[in-house]
Amino acid sequence: MGAKKLLIISGFSVNVKDGSVSRDLKSSSPVGGAKKEILTGVDFEIRKGETVALLGPNGAGKSTIASAIMGNPKFKTKGSIKFYDEKKGVLKEILRLSPDKRARLGIFSSFQNPVEIPGISTTEMLRTTLEEKTGKFVPLDDLREEISDAAKKLGQNVWFSERELNVGFSGGEKKKNEILQMLILKPKLVILDEIDSGLDVDAAKEISKVLAKYQRESGCSYLIISHNMRVLKSLKVDKTVLMKEGKIFAVSDGEMVKKIEKEGFNTVFEQFSGVSRGQNE
Amino acid sequence: MNRGVSYKGLDKTLILELSQRKKEPKWMRDLRLSGLKYWEELEMPKWAPKVFDKGEEWLDISRIEMYVKPSVEMVSSWDKVPVEIRKTFDELGIPEAEKEGLAGVGAQYDSEVIYHNLKEKVKKTGVIYLPMEEAVKSSEEIRFKGKKQTVSELVREYFMKLVPENDHKFAALHAAVWSGGSFVYIPKNSEVEIPLQSYYRLNAPGSGQFEHTLIIVDEGASFHFIEGCSAPKYNVANLHAGTVEIYVSKNAKMKFSTVESWSKNMYNLNTKRAIVEEGGEIEWISGSFGSKVTMLYPMTILNGTGAKCKYTGVTFAGENQIIDNGAKVVHAAPDTYSILNTKSLSKGNGISVSRMLAKITPKAKGAKTFMDCKSLILNEGAKAEAIPEVKVGCMEAEAAHEASVGKISEEALFYLQSRGLSEEAARALIVRGFTSGISKELPVEYAMEMNNLIKMEMEGTA
Repeated sequence: MGAKKLLIISGFSVNVKDGSVSRDLKSSSPVGGAKKEILTGVDFEIRKGETVALLGPNGAGKSTIASAIMGNPKFKTKGSIKFYDEKKGVLKEILRLSPDKRARLGIFSSFQNPVEIPGISTTEMLRTTLEEKTGKFVPLDDLREEISDAAKKLGQNVWFSERELNVGFSGGEKKKNEILQMLILKPKLVILDEIDSGLDVDAAKEISKVLAKYQRESGCSYLIISHNMRVLKSLKVDKTVLMKEGKIFAVSDGEMVKKIEKEGFNTVFEQFSGVSRGQNE
Repeated sequence: MNRGVSYKGLDKTLILELSQRKKEPKWMRDLRLSGLKYWEELEMPKWAPKVFDKGEEWLDISRIEMYVKPSVEMVSSWDKVPVEIRKTFDELGIPEAEKEGLAGVGAQYDSEVIYHNLKEKVKKTGVIYLPMEEAVKSSEEIRFKGKKQTVSELVREYFMKLVPENDHKFAALHAAVWSGGSFVYIPKNSEVEIPLQSYYRLNAPGSGQFEHTLIIVDEGASFHFIEGCSAPKYNVANLHAGTVEIYVSKNAKMKFSTVESWSKNMYNLNTKRAIVEEGGEIEWISGSFGSKVTMLYPMTILNGTGAKCKYTGVTFAGENQIIDNGAKVVHAAPDTYSILNTKSLSKGNGISVSRMLAKITPKAKGAKTFMDCKSLILNEGAKAEAIPEVKVGCMEAEAAHEASVGKISEEALFYLQSRGLSEEAARALIVRGFTSGISKELPVEYAMEMNNLIKMEMEGTA
């Protein structure tokens, strides 16, 4: 592949700060007050325009990776994350950058549980964000038009984004609102953490189409975490990163997604290592 | 500087001199002396934040200039206001606002009203808008509640009757040394479509401002009054102890909006009270910013069947500030209705206290009250307390209250930052959302002013 590298993660480890438990880990091994490494020595990379599926059983550390790439301040991180800085034309170390600085370089991560912000509409939030980013006044009418187009693609009307940000939204509406924001903010790396949970089959298919179209137009890369894989429908998966117990188990091609869908994680783990392992959840 | 006469300290001589200067009738002089007596007798309530002490930053009444007369006469044209004072009001946007969308404007500089003007069109409808001192002596005739009387007689009947001089220590002080403020009378069934505004600027360091606002809205009339207050920064303590009394007659509607922006050396110990008769309504909108200590609890007495009260307030307690704020409502008649909402923010080591009290008397059958105090703490070290209280003296009434004290969650910050907002902008956005219910109630310029005040207070929070 001749495409340029967009993201390089190497020797990346994550500790939970102050005994807080990451959502991903709640179900498997509570860490209590002690510091525990929840990701160890993670290495992988994403090229421009690539779609990468991040797979693994519950508790493998997938959401932690997604959240740590975005710069979640509750994690203590080690190692290196480099991201392509388009303005300077170089790969830039972002490990110590705040989430907003990462976002401005072009990283976007959807939240599994988008936060409700009372009293502020999605439009208002996006406008403030764009104005702060560009230092320029963003005319409300122009932005509304753009939002209206984006909302239509998601089967919503413009009023969708005039509502208070995520307040009282259904699970599906929250997910659509994440995609809407992505379409307006135009990121280069889009991390989607369970974007299809809470969506019905048809809606997931529609979103998959929207994602494919955005990728064609923008040349963005995707890092996708999904249990039911519905969101991958219209996308061509270039790479599979398989995780287990906080480590990268294997990096493979796009075919791996189908194999896992068919045979399950354990069979794949066994085939790779040749050793029978116990049920991981 | 524009300072003519000023009096420091507080005693009988000062009060007699002040009363004489203002050429007041005897009843007013007696009221002042009675105020002085209660000032000396009354104690501060046990729960009140500390205000008195020695030292420049504390309130030491002997050091406060009780009366500061700017060396100008009251005029009704901005062109005649001395340049230096005019500049202050220009910067506050008052003359501009008057042109664009106000029915009339009063402007007070220190202890005296220096500008007062009511648009001709509004004057013709019978609206009376006068500096308080003039109203005390005015022989203009009006008909109120079917009775023909002079403005001065009306003032005598209503002045400090809702807030009597023995109500509390600072009401007593106010009675003793009040100066400036506005009198408003809105005639029966008249709708004043655009608001009137009085603006109070306390400019002299180490002084007090004690303006008195008396508003009488006759039957079926509707009216919006806006009060603005500000002061520049000094190192010595200043005192603001104004009083607002509002009489809302049968089926009348009154809206009273305030945006107060005091400097951080101000003791803002203000009293506001309204009484609402049958079918009448009052709506309070209050934005309270700045000051070292604020104690302010606008009170409404719902005195007639079906009377309504709505209160919406926002406060911001920053570094070294105590903002003790809230609202009180007395349901004294059947089917009365009240809804009280406060939002308070605290930052740095600021302390915000929201006190709300609804009292439902045995007469208030079918009364309904709902109160909600929400507090948002912006950082560790800032404090907030919400104290909602309902005293129900009638079984056939409904009361509900909610109170919450929250912090800006790390999760919300991370969410907004992940979209590209800096931490500071993310905090500001959350705060804007928290107070949005109030901005929406204000005329657009005031909403903008309030948002700017919040923005200024937020600077350096991240």
